[in-house]
Amino acid sequence: MTDAPAFPLFPHRHLLGIKGLSPADIELLLDRADAAVAISRQSEKKRNTLRGRTQINLFYEASTRTQSSFELAGKRLGADVMNMSVASSSAKKGETLLDTAITLNAMRPDILVIRHSAAGAAALLAQKVTCSVVNAGDGAHEHPTQALLDALTIRREKGRIGGLVIAICGDILHSRVARSNIILLNALGARVRVIAPSTLLPSGIERMGAESFTSMAEGLKGADVVMMLRLQRERMAGSFVPSTREYFRFFGLDAEKLKAAKEDALVMHPGPMNRGIEIASDVADGPRSVIQEQVEMGVAVRMAVMEALLDPRRNEDAA
Amino acid sequence: MSATVFQNARIVDPSRAIDEIGTVIVENGTIRAAGGNALGQGVPDGATVVDCAGKAILPGLVDARVFVGEPGAEHRETIASASHAAAAGGITSFIMMPDTAPVIDDVALVEFVLRTARETACVNIYPAAAITKGLQGDELSEFGLLRAAGAVALTQGRRTLASALTMRRALTYARDMGLVVAHATQDPDLTSRGVMNEGLLASWLGLPGIPREAEAIPLQRDLMLARLTGARYHAAEISTAMSAEAVRRAKEEGIQVTAGISINHLCLNENDVGEYRTFFRLSPPLRAEEDRLAMVEALKEGTVDIIVSSHDPQDVDTKRLPFEEAAAGAIGLETLLAAALRLYHSGDVPLLRLVEALSTAPARLFGLPGGTLRPSAPADLIVVDLEAPWIVREADIRSLSKNTAFEGARMQGRVLQTMVAGRTVFSA
Repeated sequence: MTDAPAFPLFPHRHLLGIKGLSPADIELLLDRADAAVAISRQSEKKRNTLRGRTQINLFYEASTRTQSSFELAGKRLGADVMNMSVASSSAKKGETLLDTAITLNAMRPDILVIRHSAAGAAALLAQKVTCSVVNAGDGAHEHPTQALLDALTIRREKGRIGGLVIAICGDILHSRVARSNIILLNALGARVRVIAPSTLLPSGIERMGAESFTSMAEGLKGADVVMMLRLQRERMAGSFVPSTREYFRFFGLDAEKLKAAKEDALVMHPGPMNRGIEIASDVADGPRSVIQEQVEMGVAVRMAVMEALLDPRRNEDAA
Repeated sequence: MSATVFQNARIVDPSRAIDEIGTVIVENGTIRAAGGNALGQGVPDGATVVDCAGKAILPGLVDARVFVGEPGAEHRETIASASHAAAAGGITSFIMMPDTAPVIDDVALVEFVLRTARETACVNIYPAAAITKGLQGDELSEFGLLRAAGAVALTQGRRTLASALTMRRALTYARDMGLVVAHATQDPDLTSRGVMNEGLLASWLGLPGIPREAEAIPLQRDLMLARLTGARYHAAEISTAMSAEAVRRAKEEGIQVTAGISINHLCLNENDVGEYRTFFRLSPPLRAEEDRLAMVEALKEGTVDIIVSSHDPQDVDTKRLPFEEAAAGAIGLETLLAAALRLYHSGDVPLLRLVEALSTAPARLFGLPGGTLRPSAPADLIVVDLEAPWIVREADIRSLSKNTAFEGARMQGRVLQTMVAGRTVFSA
């Protein structure tokens, strides 16, 4: 059997979003992830909790970083991991997401990790397959493991999340990371702010549990954590912002703007970074940056999520 | 000759503002008399007498916005299958949109539709022709020849004419040819990649939103062009309080404008999208509850003239996809009346006004026979149990496509019999 400590049973079969998770569910995943960090820091990193289990990574959008993080997490737990490079296979032949899902389901995987450009894709998949589904990002909807790894990073650095002032800056409109973070951080009692030009703020943001700012100086005032978001280059063509240099001038994080935040404020970024567009190199590589830690926490969080979803006690209940 | 006498029925005939208990006498395919005093006309010899106590008789419904898959997508809906669905829903006439493959932009296609309808359909089907060839928005189609062949209206179907100049010319020329231009407005640029109503719900779902202005801006443009040209303009499917207000003001100004709304936008709102339910992806998108309430009010007061089903059959290939990738549209022929009766049962809209918007008004607007129980009119009528409860089940749907926005919905009010020109084409 496993060496899993006595964590409570995670009460969900899928992880499709942060929405629907209770604060206790979130804390459970973070506690499990803390344990996984310890394992990843040993020289012998391999566990066998998922031995004999099959994990399929179904990535409709290229993402080296997230995909390899999920792959590494699965392998450290002893799972057999298969990467489907969908961009180059059946999707090109016109097969729909659901047909692909049904085909993969017939191969009897235990867990499907999906990244897709359309919001709701993971939920749609979950309706049609018998295994657990993990949402690795669906359009502009949610990216739950990113929010969890951000929360884990903050909790380890600051010792808590409740009561912290956390500013999320950049393209909120198109960001699944922002949505998942707004839900999670509110659930754990943080005060969330968003900072962006209004063209990149979603309609109704004032009712989404975040205070919104269009000025970095005001939005960063007294912040404990500064989360930067990536600005996609196609936003310029869509008339959301005029140019990268104008964007950097007003919304890029540099040492000067960072002064508005608390002295010990953390600087975070989900990656990959556009240096000189949303973040200056000296800040990204500076002493307050925890961007490398985020990557490390990513593997731990994904190990925690997959272990929690494939908890062997769940099968005993079913039997 | 054949004759039927329906006795003791609640007769609802908006064309004569009648809502009374009485008799309907049908003889040789036409209405001989209908009303409280109809028996004074005498019962024809050998007539079949039917007791309709507790039931209502209404003019058959006239649905001015129906998409059919024939020609080109017969797996979604044929002219015949649409007609049977219509008959079951109490619709005795409908106007078929030109968004087919090929597009109905040519005399031969109008003739094809009319011939296929004559040979295979059980209700009256009238083709609407494309304003522009291939619905491409550039060259006008042959309005005069199309009208002569039997087209009853001009429309871009699901699309919106981008060019104000083309719209001006179309309106001017349509006025000369005596045709109504029925246009659904949604600015493609402002809509961008939008798939649902812009607002908090879309923001949480991560779906690109469609602002209300995307409908109102081209509508305002069209209303100004209707004033400029003096043409008859019909706003085919409006969905927001903002659009209703624009139509209201245009009517006050004396512009020859009418407006329609789909039954979906009177009964449902954006919350029905829930967690990415693609059967609720519609165009225009389902709006907020405030808009729905404003539209019910606009219907009641007559700013919105008619109710359409906007029947749009889509199969699993186009609906079982992520929300953003799924096609817009829902079927509606079989649920149009029952869904509309919700507004009657809730006390929001009187029955007479509701039936007017479903039959008399669309018939008058597009110059079609039907929509009335007046003596000597064709006997296009329905017998309805206004109270009968039922549940919409996929297995019972006659349409070839099953994309209903009312799956599992509880309805009150059911069609018992549908008659087209005196012939029973549906009976429950």
